[in-house]
Amino acid sequence: METHLEAESATARIVRTSGRMAPVNYLSREHGVKSWLLTTDHKRIALLYLFTILFFFTIASVAAAMMRIELLTPQGDLVTSETYNKLFTIHGVLMVWFFLIPSIPAVLGNFVIPMMLGARDVAFPKLNLISWYLFIIGGALALWSLVHGGVDTGWTFYTPYSTTYANSHVISMAAGIFVAGFSSIATGLNFIVTVHKLRAPGLTWFRLPLFIWSMYATSLIMVLATPVLAITLGLMSLERFWGIGIFDPKLGGDPVLFQHLFWFYSHPAVYIMILPGMGVISEVITCFSRKQVFGYAWIASASMAIAILGFLVWGHHMFVSSQSIYAGMVFSILSFIVAIPSGIKVFNWTATLHKGSISFHTPMLYALGFIGLFTIGGLTGLFLAALAVDVHVTDTYFVVAHFHYIMVGGMVTAFMGGLHYWWPKITGRLYPEFLGKISAIVLFIGFNLTFFPQFLLGYLGMPRRYHAYPPEFQVFHVLSTAGATILGIGYLMPLMYLIWSLKHGRLAGPNPWRATGLEWQTESPPPKHNFEETPIVTGPPYQYSAEEDNQIEMANV
Amino acid sequence: MMDDFHLFPVDASSSAQQVDWLFYALILMSLFFIAAVFLPIFYFSIRYRRGAKVDRSNPQIGSNLLETGWTVLPLLISLGVFTWGALVYFRLETPPANALQVQVVAKQWMWKLQHAEGKREINELHLPLGTTISLTMTSEDVIHSFFVPAFRVKQDVLPGKYTTEWFRPTRLGEYHLFCAEYCGTNHSAMIGRVVVMRPADYEEWLNSGETGRSIVFEGHRLFQERGCSGCHVDSRAIHAPPLEGVYGKQVPLASGEIVTADDQYLRDSILVPGKQISAGYENLMPSYTGHISEAEIMQIIAYLKSLGEQRPER
Ligand code: HEC
Ligand SMILES: [Cu+2]
Ligand SMILES: [Cu+2]
Repeated sequence: METHLEAESATARIVRTSGRMAPVNYLSREHGVKSWLLTTDHKRIALLYLFTILFFFTIASVAAAMMRIELLTPQGDLVTSETYNKLFTIHGVLMVWFFLIPSIPAVLGNFVIPMMLGARDVAFPKLNLISWYLFIIGGALALWSLVHGGVDTGWTFYTPYSTTYANSHVISMAAGIFVAGFSSIATGLNFIVTVHKLRAPGLTWFRLPLFIWSMYATSLIMVLATPVLAITLGLMSLERFWGIGIFDPKLGGDPVLFQHLFWFYSHPAVYIMILPGMGVISEVITCFSRKQVFGYAWIASASMAIAILGFLVWGHHMFVSSQSIYAGMVFSILSFIVAIPSGIKVFNWTATLHKGSISFHTPMLYALGFIGLFTIGGLTGLFLAALAVDVHVTDTYFVVAHFHYIMVGGMVTAFMGGLHYWWPKITGRLYPEFLGKISAIVLFIGFNLTFFPQFLLGYLGMPRRYHAYPPEFQVFHVLSTAGATILGIGYLMPLMYLIWSLKHGRLAGPNPWRATGLEWQTESPPPKHNFEETPIVTGPPYQYSAEEDNQIEMANV
Repeated sequence: MMDDFHLFPVDASSSAQQVDWLFYALILMSLFFIAAVFLPIFYFSIRYRRGAKVDRSNPQIGSNLLETGWTVLPLLISLGVFTWGALVYFRLETPPANALQVQVVAKQWMWKLQHAEGKREINELHLPLGTTISLTMTSEDVIHSFFVPAFRVKQDVLPGKYTTEWFRPTRLGEYHLFCAEYCGTNHSAMIGRVVVMRPADYEEWLNSGETGRSIVFEGHRLFQERGCSGCHVDSRAIHAPPLEGVYGKQVPLASGEIVTADDQYLRDSILVPGKQISAGYENLMPSYTGHISEAEIMQIIAYLKSLGEQRPER
């Protein structure tokens, strides 16, 4: 890596005005539908995922938009209660399993993990393709359920409503999630083996980029937690079909057992939905402050600590479920403890800025936005961990606001940041920087206007999943819907200019950000096997120097 | 009270302020951490912005002192907040003795309530100011949750299980009652109101309109009508345990276990008698599943409880 770096800093003194497009790259090498559907190239699979999750994101967003419009007035007047319930179910199911969980891992992770490691591909390229097909099958089942009338259980599928009382396509939807779960297991397994086996010579564990650490931790959770989801949904479906009596008290079952199983998966899944985002932020913060990351080992260990502790806190979703109050206390204290490693990360990112040479390109704006929103999301998580307050705010909009701060404010913001950051690598072209900045700001404002009022609503007592509500809550809902409109614009803008940039964007060259990761040491877009020759790593990551670097202008400013 | 605009909810129970204080403390704690993160970010972003001519020599890339500091300080604050939360939670979840009992049966999509004196209500709960109330709740179908924001209390209501919730209203007025656990199509219509009245008004309300007989009376009637007394009181043919004073006692089971005869135990004895058989008896009791409603079981239990109060212990 040293040699690369020297070469890099020599060229870096020249102001880059334009790059060039790699003549033969993974995109141009082959054409036609078949070359995509049968590809085992991790970069192409990443793009397959990108299109697929954007498709699901769009459906889930339309569902959200309809809910937000419905909630403009206290009466349930736009859609029926039944439809409303199906809308929030489809929104939750698609956003969680068909957008957020695969978002950074299967798109950005797939694309950059092998490149960051200096590898030609993931460890099991065919399994990688199979993962995508499993995802497609799962998605198709979910769509089938949707088209045939939808599901109205909420994404949580609580029993005995889901097993005995719901009158909708519960089993096919659960089957869709079940299959998509195996996609996530396969992806996780692939990444774990890739990180263990395919690191370039000299790339020791503590030289790994922090994105790799966070994806490694995420993959562990995917492999260990997802089977529990499969079991849970399986039991739920068996009970619905045959009445085997695991969850329904009328058959001698225990409905709270379902909640234990469900959250045993779904709390760790929250970390599948945030750890990868944290990884992106570590990459972006260092690059745009031109500084080596502060507290590398602490950030890396924090990812692992989160992955492990994340398995021990599921009961914090059940403080009023009739779970023993002493169990509640244990889950509460563990939930406070699991917040500590997240705090460590935030403090280290902040300290990384110290004595940096900070520029505010779009990815950096997203990264800073992430820190702000994630901090608020994390702190309000402590409100929910504090038992007595949780009793009041659980199952209200406070919870809704909290997890949207983590998942949208955190993960989606990080996804947008990462997408812009690696866009030049993926496509070989730069996105329009000015529009990028504007839309990052629009998203930030829209997001806060949408979700901040929901904290107030929640503390006032507005329950979640309400189709109609008492009139005194209306002001907040109107604010929230107004915010959602801005948010919608904030998502449409990047969609348009990114597509535009595919043809008209300026050529990026191999390394427009003059970043140090191995993925930047090859052409953009990369050749099929990523590197002409396997890179050799001789030092730690993030060898930026703010002092020298401050004199140099960056591309695309 | 119910329909005006507020930024924070009214506090109308003895627990409300305790929860609010903790909430305010959490807000303070959040402001502290937000300042600890946002201020440096703003400061560094301006001072070390690209192109600014400032000293950037010898950048630090780690400090075990700082790391320990921002690990230990949040940890200590967290432990404090945890303890505070746990103490209030313990209080919220432990009903005081001698509370006024109200039975709650939830079903899709309504709340059915009955006061000890016998008065029944649907989706409404009238309460005397300043009196401690304890709800014993169960569901006939799916999981619901009894939520009164003004009281800062919430408890899931489960099928097949009793849960309790208590509060002491401290402010006159009408407050929202919500079902907080998603329970199907008309979940958002499973709402009602809680009316806190002056004790004298409450007495008057209790004795107005259709008052009904007391829960214990109804329980006694059912105990005879449904044939319980046939075995448990005056049977020579069948050997069944006497039920006077059974409530709250330690009952030895045929399995060797000893259990406390609480509401849940009595409920299970009626619905699934085979599950826990009292030591020294045979499993002769028929299951009443399907032949008796949740509300009726609660009445019988209330009657069994009252037996302990009137007669000598067994
Ligand atoms: C056919 C006779 C019979 C009838 C009718 C009957 N029981 Fe029982 N009950 C028994 C016997 C025998 C036992 C002891 C075995 C057991 O625990 O199941 C018992 C046990 C109990 C117990 C547990 C007592 C303890 O000390 O542990 C309760 C409570 C009880 N019955 C309540 C009722 C109620 C309420 C009814 C009416 C709804 C009722 N029983 C009807 C025969 C009967
Ligand atoms: Cu959780
Ligand atoms: Cu309900």
